[in-house]
Amino acid sequence: MLKNMIGLVAGLLFGFGLLISGMTNPAKVQGFLDVFGAWDISLALVMGGGLIAAIVGVQIAKRQKISWIGTPIEMPTKTTINKKLLMGAILFGIGWGLVGICPGPGIVMLGTGVWQAYVFIPAMIIGMLIYQWLEPKLN
Amino acid sequence: MSIQIDWQVFTPISLVGGLILGVATVILLLGIGRIAGISGIASSLLQPKKVELWQVLFILGLIISPLLYQLFATLPAMEVTDSLPLLIAAGLIVGFGTRLGSGCTSGHGICGNARLSPRSMVATVTFIGFGILTVYIGRQLLGVL
Repeated sequence: MLKNMIGLVAGLLFGFGLLISGMTNPAKVQGFLDVFGAWDISLALVMGGGLIAAIVGVQIAKRQKISWIGTPIEMPTKTTINKKLLMGAILFGIGWGLVGICPGPGIVMLGTGVWQAYVFIPAMIIGMLIYQWLEPKLN
Repeated sequence: MSIQIDWQVFTPISLVGGLILGVATVILLLGIGRIAGISGIASSLLQPKKVELWQVLFILGLIISPLLYQLFATLPAMEVTDSLPLLIAAGLIVGFGTRLGSGCTSGHGICGNARLSPRSMVATVTFIGFGILTVYIGRQLLGVL
């Protein structure tokens, strides 16, 4: 129960953060990526602010090892930099640049009724399903 | 090619938004011991055997956040292309790419970099680099974005 409540609260807060930061305005995201045009550096502050808070959290997590609900704190353990990671990041970067939407803001935009989100998110889900279908063949 | 920062559109409040995002990831990490990677959580919803209720509620929280936000403030502008082919193509490659690369701006960009994960640092530099390249080609060279 508490676990589910924490999930909901974290999702709500994450959504507020995306709205306040400007991440849910695709034109602003493209403005941030438009380094050689009229560069809007605002979104550098989003990653900066996010990192400041998250670094503190990670340091506490390393000492505690156990979460508030008593479960172990799970940190990803993969360290290999391989072709999958690079190809995935390249594709994501291209898609992100094309329309200025990444997964979190896209999902938040569903709640605002912006119609483009109802095209982008189903397409994103299909992309994920295609990956799921191809995954056994990629390994 | 010269770099010029457009201070007219600069929004210092973005720092506050970023801090709130960070706090949300910390609540998830310390609260239940899990990483706030949006593409990972969203894709777990597509695997009925793996999905957990907190993941459904996290995504629900994202969707209802603007409805709650609207009670206290005006929603920020959302200027996005009307081009259907562009939206579909971008959605497909973002979905496929985030799974292939095991993360996006939240999982790698915030959570992974906060752990000083070399994988996440490489992924972040790569996707921001290719985002910049895409906008440069699309906007500055072709004038289509």
